[in-house]
Amino acid sequence: MRMLSRFDRKSLCIFISALLLVLLPILAALAGEPYLVSLFSRILIYALAAASLDLILGYGGLVSLGHAAFFGIGAYAVGILAHHDFEETALISWPLIIPGSDSGLVAWPLAIMVSALLAAIIGALSLRTRGMHFIMITLAFAQMLFFFFVSLEGYGGDDGLTLFSRNTLPGLDLGDDVQFYYICLASLSVFLLLAGRLVESRFGIVIRGCRENEKRMQSLGFPTYRYKLLCFVIAGAAAGLAGALIANQVEYVSPGLMHWTRSAIILVMVLLGGSGTLYGPVLGAAAFLLLEEVLSIYTEHWMVYFGPVMILVVLFARHGLFGILVGKEKRHG
Amino acid sequence: MLLVIEQIFNGLQLGVTLFLMSAGLTLVFGIMQVINLAHGSFYMIGAYVAATVTARSGSFLLGMAVALPAAAVVGMLVEMVVLRRLYKKEHVDQVLATFGLIMFFNELTRILWGRQPLFMDVPSWLSGSVELIPGIPYPSYRIAVIGVGLMVALFLYLMFTRTRIGMQIRAGASNREMAGALGINIRLLYTLVFGLGTLLAGLAGVMAGPILAVEAGMGESILILTFVVIVIGGIGSVRGAFIGALLVGMVDTLGRAFLPALFRMFLSSAHADGVAASVASMSIYILMAIILIWRPKGLLPAHS
Amino acid sequence: MAEPLLRIESLCKSFGAVKACHDLSLEVHAGEIHALIGPNGAGKTTLLNQIAGDLTPDSGQIFLAGQEITHLPLYRRAPLGLARSYQITSVFANLSVEENMLLAIQAHHGHSFRFWGRGLKDPQLLAELGPALETVGLSERAEAIAGNLSHGEKKQLEVGMALSCKPQLLLLDEPMAGMGPGGSIELSKLIHKLKKEMTILLVEHDMEAIFSLADRITVLVYGEVVATGSVEEIRSNPAVRQAYLGEED
Repeated sequence: MRMLSRFDRKSLCIFISALLLVLLPILAALAGEPYLVSLFSRILIYALAAASLDLILGYGGLVSLGHAAFFGIGAYAVGILAHHDFEETALISWPLIIPGSDSGLVAWPLAIMVSALLAAIIGALSLRTRGMHFIMITLAFAQMLFFFFVSLEGYGGDDGLTLFSRNTLPGLDLGDDVQFYYICLASLSVFLLLAGRLVESRFGIVIRGCRENEKRMQSLGFPTYRYKLLCFVIAGAAAGLAGALIANQVEYVSPGLMHWTRSAIILVMVLLGGSGTLYGPVLGAAAFLLLEEVLSIYTEHWMVYFGPVMILVVLFARHGLFGILVGKEKRHG
Repeated sequence: MLLVIEQIFNGLQLGVTLFLMSAGLTLVFGIMQVINLAHGSFYMIGAYVAATVTARSGSFLLGMAVALPAAAVVGMLVEMVVLRRLYKKEHVDQVLATFGLIMFFNELTRILWGRQPLFMDVPSWLSGSVELIPGIPYPSYRIAVIGVGLMVALFLYLMFTRTRIGMQIRAGASNREMAGALGINIRLLYTLVFGLGTLLAGLAGVMAGPILAVEAGMGESILILTFVVIVIGGIGSVRGAFIGALLVGMVDTLGRAFLPALFRMFLSSAHADGVAASVASMSIYILMAIILIWRPKGLLPAHS
Repeated sequence: MAEPLLRIESLCKSFGAVKACHDLSLEVHAGEIHALIGPNGAGKTTLLNQIAGDLTPDSGQIFLAGQEITHLPLYRRAPLGLARSYQITSVFANLSVEENMLLAIQAHHGHSFRFWGRGLKDPQLLAELGPALETVGLSERAEAIAGNLSHGEKKQLEVGMALSCKPQLLLLDEPMAGMGPGGSIELSKLIHKLKKEMTILLVEHDMEAIFSLADRITVLVYGEVVATGSVEEIRSNPAVRQAYLGEED
C-alpha cells in the first residue's frame, strides 16, 4: 500500500467504496439483512449533507454551525407539499393557487430552490462577519429557523409532520427501499462529481484562496464576499436536496432536523472523515452512523465514549479517516 | 399594569442569569480566543450538584456551597486537560472538541442521575413573596436571584477595575501577546479565568434549579441565548455582556408576554397567537441581526 | 503641471490618542521612484495602508490618477492599477509558489465565476506564469511550498504577486527588510528595471538603496511630512539631518 502514490491510494479508496456502495443491496440481500439498505440510504443522505458542508468548511474555511437549517428546510419543503397534497388543500390561495404535491419532480427542485434562497439570505447577512462571529451567527440563524418551525402549529409544530408516502418519480417506485437507495446514491455521486470539478475550477481556487488568506485575496482584487456567498448558496442547495431525501427516507419531518446540534453532528461527520476532501465526509457519515448503530446495541450511553473519541480525533487524527487511509497532502508546517 | 411590572422583573431575572453565563464565557472568547460550546455543561453541573446535595441535606445553601467549587474545579480540570490544547487550533477544531465535551457530560449526567429530571425546591426561607412595589407581590426567590446577579456584577466591576488580577485579565482581553510579554503568568491566568467562568455558570445553574427542571441537556438551551448575548455585547467585553444580557432577558421575556396581545390588535386572534408565538421565539435573534447590521462588533467590544 | 499619479491631501488617521498621520499631504509623479523614509513609528506603513485600502483615513483625501479612492474598498483598488507588497509577508503559505503566482495572475483575468475548467492548468494563466516567476527570480523554486521559503524568497514572491496586476502604482513596504546584501542588490536591480513600466512608492530603511534608486524622497516624522524633494535636497536639508540622518553623517 505504501508503494502506491497518494493519488493512487485516493483513487483506490474511492473505487473500493464506490463498488461497495453500488453492490450494497445485493450484499444485504445475500446476508439476509435487508434493513442495511435503509441504513445505508441514511448514510448516503447524511454523506451528501456532510459533503456540502465540506465545500464551505474544508475548502472555504467557513465554519457554519447552521448548515442543518438548509437540510431542514429542504425536508420541510417536501413535507409541506406532501401534507397539502394529502389534505387536498392549497399551499397558498392568493395571488395564485399553489396546490400540494407528492411528485418528486416538483418537490425536490423546490426543496433545492428554497434552501438556496434561504442560504442566500443567511449568507448575505452572516458573511459580513468572520471567525467566531460567523460561527455564532450561523448558529443563531439555524435556531431562529428551528423556533419558527416549532411555532408552526399548522405544520405539526414540535411534533412534526408525517408523510403519507414517499414522493413519486416517473417510472420508479420510491417506496421500494432498493430503488430509493439507488436514487440516494445517484444524488450523492452527481454532487461529488460536480463539486469535485468546482473545487478545481477558477471559482474553486478563489474559494480556497479565501480560506488561506482573505486579506491577500482582496488585495489582489478579488471581491471575496461575492465568491463566498455563491459557494454558501451552492452548499445550501445541496444540503436542501439531502433534506428532501431524508424526508422521504423516514417519511417524517420535524424541527429537530434544523437544530444546531444537528449541524454539529454533520460537522462531526466532516471532521471524522477528513475535511477538505469531499470524499472524506462520505467516510465520516458512514463511520458515525455505523458506530451509532453498533454501539447502541451495547449501551444506550454510547455518547459518553464518543465524546472523548471526538476530542482525541481533533487532537491526534485531525485529518480524519481519509487522512489515515490515503495520507495527508504535503503542506507547510 | 401588574403584569407589566411582573414581566419586567422576570426579564431582569433572566437577564442576570444570562449575565452570569456570559460574563465568564465572553472572557474565554476574548482572552483565550476559544469557542467553548461546553459552557452550558457547567451550568448543568452546578444545577445537578446543588439539587443532589440540597435533597440529601435539606439545605439550599449547602447545596450551593458544594456546587460552586465543584463547577470551578471541574472547569479548571477541563481547561488543563482539554481546552489548553485547543488554544492554538482553528475554530472548527475547538467547536468539535467542545461538542465532544457536551456529549460526554450530558451522557455522564444521564448515567449518574438517570433520564428523569430532578426537582429542586425553592428554599423555604425564600418561598414567600415580597412587595417591593406596594401592591405588587413578587416571588422572594426571584428577587434574591436578581440581587445575587447584581452583586456579582458589582463584584466583577470592582475586581476588574480595582485589583491587580483584574487588570491583568483586562490586559489579556485586549492584547494577549503584550500581556504575556509583560511577564504575566498566562497559563495560570487562563486556568483561573476559565475557572471563574465555570463558577459563574455553575452559580447560574444552581439558582435556575428551583425555577426550571434540572435535566441533561439543560445547558444547551441557555447556551444559545448566552451566545446571542455575547455577540450583541461584544466578544471579550464583560460590560457588553451585562448590557447584552439585560437586553436579551427583557426582549425575550417581554416579547413572549406581550406580543400575542399586540398582534391581536392587528390580526384575527387565530392568526395572531400563532404569528406572535413565532415572532416571540425569534425576537432575540432578530434583535441580534439588527444590532450586528448596525454594530458588527457588538455594542461594547473589548478592542476598539 | 500634469496631475500627479498619486495625490494625498490633508490625510489624518488616529488610533485612540496616537496620531499616526497628521494633516499629511503628498504627491507622487508618474514614472518616478518615490521613497518614504522616517524613523520607526513615523506612520509610513499606516500611510501605505491607507493608500492601499487596508485602512480608512479619519479625514483627508487620496486621488489616484485624478480619481478619488479614499473610501474605496480594498478589492476595488487592484483593478485600478494599484498593487502593494506587505512588510510582514502575506503569501498563501500552504500553496506552492506556482499556485500563489497563478492566483495573482488569475485575479487580473476578468472574473473567476468559472466553474468547470481546471484553474491551475488553464493555459491562458500558465502562459504568464513563466515570465512572472522569472522577473522575480523564482523560476527554480516554482514547486516549493510558499510557507517553506526563505525570508528573502517570500519577499520576492510578494513583489511578484503585486506585479501580476500590471500596476501603474506599486507600493513596496520595506521590501529589503531582513534580506542579506545579495538579495538587496537583486531587488534594487529589479526595482530599477520596473521603473520604466510603473511608478513606485517605496518605504525603506536601507539608505544606500534609497539614495541610489529614488528620484524623490519624502521624510515623515511622527505622522507629519517634514520635507519632500530630490535626493540632494533631502541630504542637505538640516531639519531632516537633525531628525533622522544625523548619526549617518
